[in-house]
Amino acid sequence: MATKIVIVGGGLAGTIIANGLCRQLKSEMRGGGLSITVIGTTDQHMYQPGLLYLPFGRTREAELFRDQRKLLDRKIVFFVDPANNIDVDKQEVTTDSGRVHGYDYLVIATGSRLMPQNIPGLAEGAHWLYDLEGARKMRVALDEFEGGKVIVNVNAPHKCPVAPLEITFMLHDFLKAKGVMDKSEITYTYPIGRLHSLEPVAEWALPEFTRLGIKSEIFFNAKQVNPDAKTIESEEGVTLGYDLLITVPPHQGAQVIEDSGLGKGGWVPTNKDTLHHEGSDNVFVCGDTTNIPISKAGSTAHFEADTIVDNLTSLITEGRMARNYDGKVFCFVETGMKSGTYVWFDYETPPNPGPPSQMVHWSKLAYNRLYWLSAKGLL
Amino acid sequence: MTERQLVDARGAACPGPLMELIAQIKLVNVGEEVEILSSDKGSASDIPLWVAKVGHEMVENEKQDNHWSMVVRRAK
Repeated sequence: MATKIVIVGGGLAGTIIANGLCRQLKSEMRGGGLSITVIGTTDQHMYQPGLLYLPFGRTREAELFRDQRKLLDRKIVFFVDPANNIDVDKQEVTTDSGRVHGYDYLVIATGSRLMPQNIPGLAEGAHWLYDLEGARKMRVALDEFEGGKVIVNVNAPHKCPVAPLEITFMLHDFLKAKGVMDKSEITYTYPIGRLHSLEPVAEWALPEFTRLGIKSEIFFNAKQVNPDAKTIESEEGVTLGYDLLITVPPHQGAQVIEDSGLGKGGWVPTNKDTLHHEGSDNVFVCGDTTNIPISKAGSTAHFEADTIVDNLTSLITEGRMARNYDGKVFCFVETGMKSGTYVWFDYETPPNPGPPSQMVHWSKLAYNRLYWLSAKGLL
Repeated sequence: MTERQLVDARGAACPGPLMELIAQIKLVNVGEEVEILSSDKGSASDIPLWVAKVGHEMVENEKQDNHWSMVVRRAK
């Protein structure tokens, strides 16, 4: 009997793992002893971090997409057929079409989704760039904006933790270039008691905000938005007025996770070292889907995916695990339209961002192109 | 017995213990509790401050050898 690996999710994590396994286990696949199946929800793969540039006119939509089938090695079986149930006891994944996929090893990489509807009025009153439709609407809103009060509202939990600061700095530069910053006021709201989760990043951002005249409201978790009155109220009892509301909506994991009873909020309980689904030894979890208290970011998914490729390869060829995930995260941070920095950390090493430079900004722009090599498992 | 969710955020740099607590509180019902383990000194003061601001209830706050154990009951 051939060994069956099923990967639920065709985002960055699922794609890296599928291609990586295909490369590592090519002789097993060639001999018919192994199959790799990816179950996705769309035939298009979107470079999500590229959405940051869309509302500011710094990228074109076409640059953000590739055909998922072409990203995957030809030996991989790929279905666009959303999973609606994952049964880890029966070792089966059921999809919308009614197809049932049995597996020997399963990887759950179903990602996260935006939930603006969890805050009354937010979907109606706010703009965001975390999905394509939102980024398109935000681009129109920014084009039409002629000055006034702008709020950048950040909610928990959210993926790509540096994006809120990037949005704020890029928004400042955009409004300045448009000639309306002098009649605008930007206020950044954040859920906890500083400007960013990472203390060194927060300490760096504070004087930058002061220098640029950006206001902030910390300990601010949106409770409701009144789109008619153009106000946003926090759980902490603060109400702010706005002319333009930009939000980072709260996130949840995929519906199929909750429907399958695999985790509250769609987050799957996951061993932070082995990336096993808690209680399973043949189910791995990767990327935003885990409940590990770590950044939900593309780089997290990438480093976790590399670990899972090594471990699954080792399990299949040698019957043992290869290594633990070390908690590594690496994030570029755009600090404006022409400068950037980066931050990395792991379970043992605290973050220590360097000074912003144009070189790092260019590196980020280069990575925007190199991403497709990551997805193919080549980088 | 009150339902209690455990979040082990010891060593978590980002998004950090308070952000994890805020996310978890949204997933439990009013009256249920979240226990958060944190080794972050800043969170030891920020978490009780946030809990008081929002109006949840701080049930326990204990300093262990190398971390804090805090239990928060969702009040609204």
